[in-house]
Amino acid sequence: MINYILKRIFEMIPTLFGITLISFMILHLAPGKPTDVLADFNPKITPEARERLEKMYNLDKPITVQYVLWLKKIVKLDFGESFSSDRRPVIDKIWDSKQPLFERRLFITFMLNVITMFVILIIAIPLGITSATHQNTLYDRITTTSVFIGFATPSFWLALLLMMFFGVYLGWLPISGLKSMNYDSLSLTGKIIDRINHLILPVFVYAFGGLAGDSRYMRSSMLEVIRQDYIKVARAKGLPERVVIYRHALRNALLPLITLIGLSVPGLIGGSVIMESIFGIPGMGQLLFMSVMTRDYPVIMGIVIIVGFLTLLGNLLADIGYMLADPRIRH
Amino acid sequence: MMFARKYLLYIFIILILLPGCKEKTGSYVQSNSKEQVYEPAYGDTLITGSIGEPSVLIPMLAGDSASHDIAGLIFNGLVKYDTDLSIIGDLAESWEISKDGLVITFHLRKGVKWSDGVEFTANDVLFGFNTIIDDKTPTAYKEDFLQVNKAEVLDKYTFRVTYKKPFAPALSSWGNLVVLPEHLLKGKDITKTTMIREPIGLGPYKLKKWIPGQELILESYRDYFEGRPYIDRYIYRIIPDPATMFLELQAGGLDMMGLTPLQYTKQTDTEIFRENFQKFRYPVFSYTHMAFNLKHPWFKDKHIRQAIAYAIDKKEIIDVVLFGLGSPATGPYVPNTWPYNPNVKKYEYNPEKAKQLLAEAGWKDTNGDGILDKDGKKFEFTILTNMGNNLRKNTATIIQWRLAKIGIKVNIRVLEWSTFVNEFIDKRRFEAVILGWSISPDPDQYDIWHSSKTREKEFNFIGYNNPEVDELLEKGRRTFNIEERKKAYFRIQEILAEEVPYIFLYVPDATPIVHSRFKGIKPSPIGISYNLPKWYVPKPLQKHAMEP
Amino acid sequence: MKTSLLKDIFWKRFKKNKIAVIGAIIVFLLFIIALFAPLLSPYNQNDIDRNHILEPPSFKHPFGTDDLGRDVFSRMIYGARTSLLVGFVAVGIATIIGIFFGSIAGYYGGWTDRIIMRFIDIMLTIPTFFLILAVIAFIGPSIWNIMIVIGLTSWMGVARLVRAEFLSLKEREFVLAAKAMGASDRRIIFKHILINSLAPVFVSAVLGIAGAVLLESGLSFLGLGVQPPTPTWGNILTLGKDNIEIAWWLSVFPGFAILLTVLGYNLLGEGIRDALDPRLWEAE
Repeated sequence: MINYILKRIFEMIPTLFGITLISFMILHLAPGKPTDVLADFNPKITPEARERLEKMYNLDKPITVQYVLWLKKIVKLDFGESFSSDRRPVIDKIWDSKQPLFERRLFITFMLNVITMFVILIIAIPLGITSATHQNTLYDRITTTSVFIGFATPSFWLALLLMMFFGVYLGWLPISGLKSMNYDSLSLTGKIIDRINHLILPVFVYAFGGLAGDSRYMRSSMLEVIRQDYIKVARAKGLPERVVIYRHALRNALLPLITLIGLSVPGLIGGSVIMESIFGIPGMGQLLFMSVMTRDYPVIMGIVIIVGFLTLLGNLLADIGYMLADPRIRH
Repeated sequence: MMFARKYLLYIFIILILLPGCKEKTGSYVQSNSKEQVYEPAYGDTLITGSIGEPSVLIPMLAGDSASHDIAGLIFNGLVKYDTDLSIIGDLAESWEISKDGLVITFHLRKGVKWSDGVEFTANDVLFGFNTIIDDKTPTAYKEDFLQVNKAEVLDKYTFRVTYKKPFAPALSSWGNLVVLPEHLLKGKDITKTTMIREPIGLGPYKLKKWIPGQELILESYRDYFEGRPYIDRYIYRIIPDPATMFLELQAGGLDMMGLTPLQYTKQTDTEIFRENFQKFRYPVFSYTHMAFNLKHPWFKDKHIRQAIAYAIDKKEIIDVVLFGLGSPATGPYVPNTWPYNPNVKKYEYNPEKAKQLLAEAGWKDTNGDGILDKDGKKFEFTILTNMGNNLRKNTATIIQWRLAKIGIKVNIRVLEWSTFVNEFIDKRRFEAVILGWSISPDPDQYDIWHSSKTREKEFNFIGYNNPEVDELLEKGRRTFNIEERKKAYFRIQEILAEEVPYIFLYVPDATPIVHSRFKGIKPSPIGISYNLPKWYVPKPLQKHAMEP
Repeated sequence: MKTSLLKDIFWKRFKKNKIAVIGAIIVFLLFIIALFAPLLSPYNQNDIDRNHILEPPSFKHPFGTDDLGRDVFSRMIYGARTSLLVGFVAVGIATIIGIFFGSIAGYYGGWTDRIIMRFIDIMLTIPTFFLILAVIAFIGPSIWNIMIVIGLTSWMGVARLVRAEFLSLKEREFVLAAKAMGASDRRIIFKHILINSLAPVFVSAVLGIAGAVLLESGLSFLGLGVQPPTPTWGNILTLGKDNIEIAWWLSVFPGFAILLTVLGYNLLGEGIRDALDPRLWEAE
């Protein structure tokens, strides 16, 4: 077991290397340079000034040299400095240790995704199970159609409709951001409620869209399990259906879902770009989008490597969880 | 780009205020007529929104409009534009310009303090000047200062600069770009100081807190040299999506924002808006245009360019894209400013004339496919524009449609800014582009039109070359005599109108909206926010209590 | 004989699944609309009309007009074309690449397999949306670029599927028999194994089309959509988002069009999957 985990951790290194190599090449081979953005289209900037900037960022060197320079820093966990005119360390942009935990980008996105994931699982698992046990009934069709409606609704559109209804028309929920203007003057309970209020709409929209994947997966996994021999045996023994399903089948049906969760990390970050933009949430998705649009290579690379690492970690944890839960594959 | 150097650039003109009504009065009328008279009072908070987040709060290092928005509240300059566009003193009390125009001597205000309590002196100006011309400073604004031959501190309150040649835009360049606290920055690498994100300034507001990605909270500087600002706090919220921002305005999460033409004309024309908000409208100091690559074999010919100018209906573009909130541009200056020449050739929409000009140049539809051709080649070209500007995209779409009517096939490519500049503009790989220039009140446009400025990465990227224009540009920047300058720039506009290197499309209006509890807003040709420190919320109307 | 029997079972099972049939009808209608777009649209979809800007639905303009006075109904019909094209080409590219890598990895195994699988792992770990975003932003958002980039970043699922099928099929008798008779690798891959593994690939392609349609609308939202004046549901919806309070018709019609289409593809794909799944047959 320990050997297996060590081996897996060791295997993460070449994968991470590959991720950075591919991302770096795509960024640097694309047309355009970050110095154009910095300079903006201003008649008062001279060509010499732009060249100076390029030198400053090593952009005049061959791409392989640039990659090695970057790699040398990253192995020392030095993410470098942002190309934007504030030239802050990349790590400060992603995980600003001067700010409280709740204001750090990585934490915000992470927390939002964990909450969403939690909400999805709480709804998707029972939904998947019941539609499997009621396969091809009206109930099954209604749940199938509704989770797909969730998947099929463009999230930014749904978000805006809900913001209009609950935020402007009813005035019940805040529209954007993570906390209210008067946050600092609230009591502790008030602060918690304020934060939760701000999360309701984004989490709902996000979860509504993600329900389909997990609940469908749960359904098919359940369908497969209840056809296994040991379930048939359990049924033949005359155990009540409820016991058969929730005692015997559920545990095995849940296993594949663990892997699915591990695999969904990069997709969640992708989805965060749109959600964070429409809800004005200052997370990693927003930072990634801004960095792409301003060619802030060090920040983009920093995000890519952190997300890559988290994904691999997620996969590893999922596999370990799988092994712990399923004695059959404990080598 | 549109708003770089915003605080010095603010310009002029008729402000038309119309909450609901379309009367074009020059004066500002509050929407409800029985306006109560209120006493100015301290307190309350102004919350405004921005799509982008500032990056650097030192003016000379900032490239984006969000940074300048905030830096402009924290730093002041030696001079500034008055509401009538004349230059008045800011940190400088007065100044003298030598007869030959080469030497400017500034007399600074006494007793002005940086917000950390240290007195502001001429050394701070010299320090700022030395920093901006330093090779190691990554600034986009050094060009004007490289014209200076010598800068010296005569005494604590006197600063003198000497120019190599007479330089007409000289005085206006001494805005807030070059005033830096020497005592905090001396001997430090300016790009690495904490000043970038925690600036110490001497302007009406000081930065209290910056929560990245969320908001910047500014507090009034009580010892501001022009008097304590009435509004205690200024909050700058970052809201990336414009639709979300507008919803926030309605839900009370914002007090002020810039409206799109559509929001201005259609979405804010309701009872709720009339009661709770005041809208403003004034022309922005910029113009949008379509530029031709003059090296392109077809566009070399001025008759082709003129034909295209006749085929575009500027009025239509303004009506549709700007909902009428703008005026047609006829040259590189904004109407109603002194360099603007109203009597140049205007290309009224005339598709027949356009077709005739093209036919004279040999372009005819010989194979009946609806597209003009000549020597077996179809008349087809691509208009490039940059991403993130819906007005330009829509303008391009209308031009595409209009040109299709006279048999020219147009493709549109909307590109991300960096690719657009580096791969297409710099390498001259374009046929036509739609862009906007923000312009300063000083009419010097040497960099855009002079034939010496056509190298890669320079701004005469269309390759315009006219010896007479070159000469006039040189003349215009070397004299201080307004009449002489006016003559030169008037002539330039006539030539540009005749030769059509650009099709000048429109000058858009700025259309901000502010919550009606804010009083003391005096719209002027240079916009509304120039007197922000004098805005106030009367005591009974204050919304946000100051924290204990 | 065997195949026709399977076909009968498939159809019987598919037809029993009513929501899958609904999905099939939606997809079929979409095809008809896209195919006959020029006949169905009452106006030229690009005609600008300064006098009819943002007009609500009426007899003249059943879906209203947009911010340039263009007929939204006609633009929606042509948008169906774009959506269909984006979906099909993107998924086509992904499927071809996926089959290529998947079959090589699955058939040859060993080091080839390991290298390809590692590459797939890497691609799965990079947020694909980031790749799409970066590439589209940098090379410019034309419809072809969008299709190609979506295709290039979404083949990994197909590759894994095909590889798994190969692993299970290559030890079967018919493949071993073909090998023993001296058939070439290429012949075995294409003629014997691939044909048999197409069903799950087809299902994943149908679901992939749904994903591509959504992705296009997301890109439009971020300003990285197809170039004007080409109408897509994504760019009409984005326009609708900005005018949501005064022009509901600009977001309701494209919003529901996207919703119905994606739903249609999903129901159809799921229906086919269920009908094809032999494990579910016993339940009958």
